[in-house]
Amino acid sequence: MNFDLTEERQMLSDTLRRYLADKYDTKTRNEILTSEAGFSAEIWSQMADLGVIGALFTEDLGGFGGGGFDIAVVFEELGRAGVVEPFLDCAVLAGGLIDDLANAEQMEMVSGLIWGQVQLAFAHGEPQSRYDIADVQTQVATAGDEVALTGRKAVVVNAEAADQLVVSAKEGDGVSLFLVNPMANGVTVQGYPLISGGRAAEVTLENAPATRLGAAGAALPVIETMMARATVAQMAECLGAMSTAVDLTQDYLITRQQFGRPLATFQALQHRLADMLTELELARSALINAAGHLEADPMERDRQISAAKSLFGRVGRLIAEESIQMHGGIAMTQEYELAHIAKRIVMADHRFGDEDWHLERFIALSAA
Amino acid sequence: MDLSYSDADLAFRDEVRAFLAENLDPAMSEKVRLGKDLTKADMEDWHAKLNARGWLAQNWPKEFGGAEWSATQRNIFETEAYRANAPRIVPFGLAMLGPVLQKFGNKAQQDHWLPRILSGADWWCQGYSEPGAGSDLASLKTRAVRDGDHYIVNGQKTWTTLGQHANMIFCLVRTDPDVKQQEGISFLLIDMDTPGVEVRPIILLDGCHEVNEVWFTDVRVPVENLVGEENKGWTYAKYLLTHERTNIAGVGASGAALDAVRRVARAVTDNGKPLAQNPHFMARVARVEMELMALSTFNLRMIAAAGAGGAPGLEASMLKVKGSVIRQEINDLARRAIGPYALPFASEAMEGSNSPIPDPFDVGDVTGSHFNNRKISIFGGSNEVQRNIIAKTALGARR
Repeated sequence: MNFDLTEERQMLSDTLRRYLADKYDTKTRNEILTSEAGFSAEIWSQMADLGVIGALFTEDLGGFGGGGFDIAVVFEELGRAGVVEPFLDCAVLAGGLIDDLANAEQMEMVSGLIWGQVQLAFAHGEPQSRYDIADVQTQVATAGDEVALTGRKAVVVNAEAADQLVVSAKEGDGVSLFLVNPMANGVTVQGYPLISGGRAAEVTLENAPATRLGAAGAALPVIETMMARATVAQMAECLGAMSTAVDLTQDYLITRQQFGRPLATFQALQHRLADMLTELELARSALINAAGHLEADPMERDRQISAAKSLFGRVGRLIAEESIQMHGGIAMTQEYELAHIAKRIVMADHRFGDEDWHLERFIALSAA
Repeated sequence: MDLSYSDADLAFRDEVRAFLAENLDPAMSEKVRLGKDLTKADMEDWHAKLNARGWLAQNWPKEFGGAEWSATQRNIFETEAYRANAPRIVPFGLAMLGPVLQKFGNKAQQDHWLPRILSGADWWCQGYSEPGAGSDLASLKTRAVRDGDHYIVNGQKTWTTLGQHANMIFCLVRTDPDVKQQEGISFLLIDMDTPGVEVRPIILLDGCHEVNEVWFTDVRVPVENLVGEENKGWTYAKYLLTHERTNIAGVGASGAALDAVRRVARAVTDNGKPLAQNPHFMARVARVEMELMALSTFNLRMIAAAGAGGAPGLEASMLKVKGSVIRQEINDLARRAIGPYALPFASEAMEGSNSPIPDPFDVGDVTGSHFNNRKISIFGGSNEVQRNIIAKTALGARR
C-alpha cells in the first residue's frame, strides 16, 4: 500500500493551488458568478495552459494522465477555490465520451479541448429521468445517412458556451450518442444561472440534425464509465470545498470574540469542529476508495462509487450546515467566501445521484 | 386534558377561513407559495386588510386597538394563514415594539406611536445586533451621549431586516460605558430620516436583499424618544425577545412547507415511480412529520401556559431550537425531492423578471429558501445561545 501522490501529481496539485490562490480570490470569483457568460474565458485558457485539462486524458491523446487519482488531484484544487468554470462537464464528461468513441476526424476536438480552444457539453438527463442514467426518451429518426433527434434535455451544464453537444438518445433497446451543433435548426437552448455558479440550459431538440458518435445502441456502458469518472471528479471537488469550509471555520473560531473570549475556547464548538475534521478525513478516505476502483469491473466500480457518494451527501450536508452555523450571520452573506463554498458542497448532492439514490444503488449492487 | 377545539374555537376558525377567502388576493397567495420576494406595497396592503378587520395587532390589549386574541386563537390564525399562503405579518412594530411601549412607554409615546403602527404610518425595524455584538448582544457599542434635549448617536447596527423599507428604528444604545455591560444600555426610538443615518444593503447567499447595515454618525435624537428609564434598556430588550420567541416554533410555516414536499414527491418520478413511493425518501418525510406533530402540541402547551400568565422561559428556547431544526429539515427534503432541478438559480425570477427558470414541479425557489432559512437557527438568539439558556435555567434551578 502507498497513499502518497506521485511526484508529477504532487507538482500539478501544488501548481494549481498556487495559481488559484493567486488568481481566483472571492472578489474575482463573485464577478465571474454574476457575469453573463458565467465563466471566465481568460481563466479557462490559463488553466488549460497549466495542464488542467491535459491531466484528465491519457498520453496517447496528447494528455499526461487520465487516471482516477489524476482526476482527484485536479478537482480537489478546483473545489478548494470554489472554481465555477465547467471543467467537469466539458472535459471529463463530454470530452471523455468523445475520446472514447470518436472516429479520427472527431478526435481533433479532443486536442482542441485539451488546449482550451473547444467547449463541449453533455446533454443526457431529461425532465423525467432525475438520476436514472438509463432513462433516455429522446428519439432518433434516420433517413439514409441523415440522423435527426427529437426530445428535451434537462439542466445541461455549459450548453450555451458549447461548440458541440454530446447528446444521448434511445435507439432500439439501447442508447446511442450523437454530436449536435447547438446553432443548428431544430435546437433551442434556454439558459439560466446555477445557484452554485456557472450556467446550464434546457435543450429542446426538434428534428435536430446529428452526427453519430460510436455504434448504434451501444453507448450505455460508456456513459456509465464516464459518469463514474465524473462522480469521482465531483467528490474530489466537494472534498476541496469541504476543506475550505472547515479551514474558514477554524480561522473564524480563533479570531471571533464573543463574551470576552475567542469562540474557539467554547467546548461545545470545539467538539463540533472535531466532528467536522473527523468526517472530512472519512470523506477523503471514501474518495480514495472510489478513485482506486475506477478501473475495476463495472459492478464493483459502481458499488465503491455509490458507497463514497452517499457518504459525501451526508458529510457534505453536515459540514456545509455546521460551518455556516458556527460562523453565524456573516456566513449568510454573498461577499463572504463560505457562502459560495457551502452552496457548492450542498449542490454536489444534486448531480450524478444524491445520498439516497446511491444508498439504494449500493444496496442493490451489494445484493447482486 | 382535552386536545379538541371548543365550539367557539371552531367558529373562530371558520371566521378566519372566510376572511382569508375573501381578502387574500390569489396572485399574492401565489407569490407567497412560490417563495418570491414581496414588495413593500404587498406587505402594506395585507396589513391594511387585517387592520380594517381589527386583526392586525393580534396580541395587543383592546385598549390599544388590539384584537386581544387568546393563545389558541393566535395559533388558529397562524395555521390557517400559512395554509392559505398568506403573507406573514411583519413583526417589528406589531409583535416587538408594540408590547414594549405598552409595558414600559409613557402615555405620550403610546398615544403617538401605537396608532401609527396599526395604520402603517410608520415602518419599524430593529437595531439590536452589531458587527461585534451578535450572540453576545450585551457587548453592543453604539453610543448615545446626552446633549441638552437630545442624544447624539454614533455607531453601527447590522442584520437590520427590511430596514430598506423602514422610516423608524428602535435601537439598543450604550448610554453608560463605565458600568456592567447590561446596566449601561438604553432603548431609543430613532427617525431614519434624521441626518447621519445611512442604510447599506447586505446581499444574502440566495441573492436576496433582506437585511441591511445601519450606520449612525452624530445622529441627533430628541430625549422624548427614550423608552422607559435611561440605562434600563436591557430589561426592555429581554422582554421584547421573549415576545419575539413566542411564535418562534414556526409550526404553521413548517406544516405548509411539509404539505408542499408531499405534493412534489407525488409529481417527481424517481427510477420510474413517483418519489412518494420511495421508502427512503418517505421515511425521511415521516420522521419530520412525527416530530412536527409533537412540536405542535409542545407549542400549544407553551402558549396555553403563557396565556395563563406564565412567563415563557426555557420552553421558548426549546421551541426555538427544535422548531428551527424541523423547518430546516423540511427545506432539506424539498431540495432533495426536486433532484437536478435544485441547481437552477431562481433568485432573478422575482416579479417583473422574465428569466425562464425551469420549475417543472411548480414549487418555486426551493433551493434559495433552503439556503436562506439557514438563518433561522442563527437569528433571534442563535441555537447555541438558546441551549445555554436551557442548560443554565435547568441547572440553576438545582443549585
